[in-house]
Amino acid sequence: MSEIHSMEPIPNPLREQPDFAVPPDIAAEIDELITHYPKKRSASLMLLHAVQERFGYVSRQAVEWIAAKLELQPINVYELVTFYPMFHRAPLGKYHFKICRTLSCALGGSYKLHEHFCTKLGLDPHAHGAQTTKDGKFTVEFVECLAACGTAPVMMCNDAFHEDVSEQRADEILGGCK
Amino acid sequence: MAQEYRQILKYVDQPGYTPDIDCYLRNGGYEVLKRVVALPPKTLPNGQTLSGPEQLRQEVMASGLRGRGGAGFSCGLKWSFVDRKSGKPIYLICNADESEPGTFKDKQILYKDPHQMIEGMIIACYANDVHLAYIYIRGEFAEGAKILNRALKDARAKNFLGKNILGCGYDLEIHVHRGAGAYICGEETGLIESLEGKRAYPRIKPPYFPAVLGLYLCPTIVNNVETLCAVRHIAALGGAQYAKLGTPNNTGTRIVSISGHVRKPGYYEVEVGKATIGELINDPIFGGGLREGRKLKAVIPGGSSSKVFKAGERFKLKRRGLDGKETEQEVDMLDLPYDFDSLIAAGSMSGSGAIIVLDDSTDIVAVLANMSEFYAHESCGQCTPCREGSLWMAKVLHRLTQGEGRKGDAEYLARIADNIPGGRTVCAFGEACSWPVQSFVAKFKEEFVARGAADEEHRAQQGTGPAAKRELAASPQG
Ligand SMILES: Cc1cc2nc3c(=O)[nH]c(=O)nc-3n(C[C@H](O)[C@H](O)[C@H](O)COP(=O)(O)O)c2cc1C
Ligand code: SF4
Ligand code: FES
Repeated sequence: MSEIHSMEPIPNPLREQPDFAVPPDIAAEIDELITHYPKKRSASLMLLHAVQERFGYVSRQAVEWIAAKLELQPINVYELVTFYPMFHRAPLGKYHFKICRTLSCALGGSYKLHEHFCTKLGLDPHAHGAQTTKDGKFTVEFVECLAACGTAPVMMCNDAFHEDVSEQRADEILGGCK
Repeated sequence: MAQEYRQILKYVDQPGYTPDIDCYLRNGGYEVLKRVVALPPKTLPNGQTLSGPEQLRQEVMASGLRGRGGAGFSCGLKWSFVDRKSGKPIYLICNADESEPGTFKDKQILYKDPHQMIEGMIIACYANDVHLAYIYIRGEFAEGAKILNRALKDARAKNFLGKNILGCGYDLEIHVHRGAGAYICGEETGLIESLEGKRAYPRIKPPYFPAVLGLYLCPTIVNNVETLCAVRHIAALGGAQYAKLGTPNNTGTRIVSISGHVRKPGYYEVEVGKATIGELINDPIFGGGLREGRKLKAVIPGGSSSKVFKAGERFKLKRRGLDGKETEQEVDMLDLPYDFDSLIAAGSMSGSGAIIVLDDSTDIVAVLANMSEFYAHESCGQCTPCREGSLWMAKVLHRLTQGEGRKGDAEYLARIADNIPGGRTVCAFGEACSWPVQSFVAKFKEEFVARGAADEEHRAQQGTGPAAKRELAASPQG
């Protein structure tokens, strides 16, 4: 009879955050959000946003906490983190530049703009995904249409839109990031 | 001469106009709602009595309003499909996911005149006996979500929302729900799944038509931001009066987003069908024409999912003259009236009302490669033809832009694209990702074949290295 090997545990691709604790203001916001829906599960995206806004990413503890809060299994929350591009499993830079890659912006020079940021910050201009500088200050990412195509090229710095971004404007935006 | 007709955008961008409720109220805001909730029941000649909400639904039907989100489906008809006998609550969702590439009109309303949309939404909810509604806003509009939350709070404080609205006995609550960066959340059943807290996997229809089995498997109406604004204007004007705007079967006004190679990209509100594609691109009050020394190459007429028009293409259109007689007329692509029916007749669609203009400096292969990367990234992955097909199309197009193409790639692309749409997938994303490929490859076949052939020849001469890379188009400055 062949021996049955116990399987290696599947590595958990979510980051550990042992000191995860939901501060009272967020807890109150979350309790309010849950009341917006007849079914608790509906609140999961809003809770992920609330947690990510505070901690900058979604950890294993955060997923488990949200799942417990909404009476779900952790997988029900985890599968959202892996599906929706706006949720991150690791902290990003303090300043997150999202540069629109889609057609109207590409026609307006967004590839050059992306390259400009990457070169300035020592990142790979050919990589489209999120890249963070070593000092953790900046993340540069190519994203899809940001619904501002009339003022291409368009980018966001955290939640703020920047439109008609020339290289000079890009440098000003960089300079404004303290 | 085509003119702008600013009905929904009347106050947007006006100096001094702000998104707060006081500014909205100073400019006649919520007056329509006040009238609507006070509508008395009406007795028809046949003795039947119509309640206020029923009258509103009739007005919307009479207005001929077609959805502004993409499909152009009759709003009145959509509302008439709602199962009102199930005993379940009816939900309404405002689709503020605005994510069709090229489209940037809903954002103007949400950020600059949110109360107009909210008033339209409250009226639509009242008309359909909805007591709980959501605004599904794309995740990147974080500021927009804040603006909306503030606006809803202010509307609640003035009793335009909440319990016993304006003393008429009607209760309604509206909440903001944020998406998180996935295009497929714009598709209404994907949106519903996402609002239920799941991955945005679209549902198969039948049986999951939202009007019957929508949010929490209850009857649900999903309407676009602009559609809901139009509802406010229909309630103000009356359906028949609204239908005088625009052209028959293509009534009202529509906000057109113009981007790409024009001098004056922007959003322009026009009466539907009163301006042609050519006027929208070239007229100084609209797109302002192409850049110096450039000629038109192609037009993507209704968001990136619509089939492309090639410059100089001609179409036969049926037109009804003043005497009511139908005649067939051959028109240039630029002379197509920008409405729902003409663009369908020409084999494309006005979709989300987004025109992307491409001039003669454009590398058509690179444009399609750019678009295909979007679809490969955004397919939700449920259906094999869409998930695999969109990825393969993107890969083949990528190699064509990297000097690694083959002569047969044009045929290959067409074959993949032909095998995705037509009922093989759960949702219309299957069509959305294959229509650009089908139309670009068919209409610019020489360019695709020549590119692949040149790459093959280059490799034969130089060994295996790729041919030179090319620019997408002349730089914006050039
Ligand atoms: C792939 C896909 C993406 C869509 N994206 C949007 C969108 O971003 N915004 C929108 O209003 N409708 C979008 N739609 C259309 C919606 O499914 C739905 O038809 C629309 O919101 C209905 O509103 P309307 O009747 O007022 O136009 C999309 C459809 C598909 C198939
Ligand atoms: S067609 Fe594509 S996007 Fe739509 S459900 Fe299928 S895989 Fe998802
Ligand atoms: S293409 Fe960049 S915002 Fe739409």
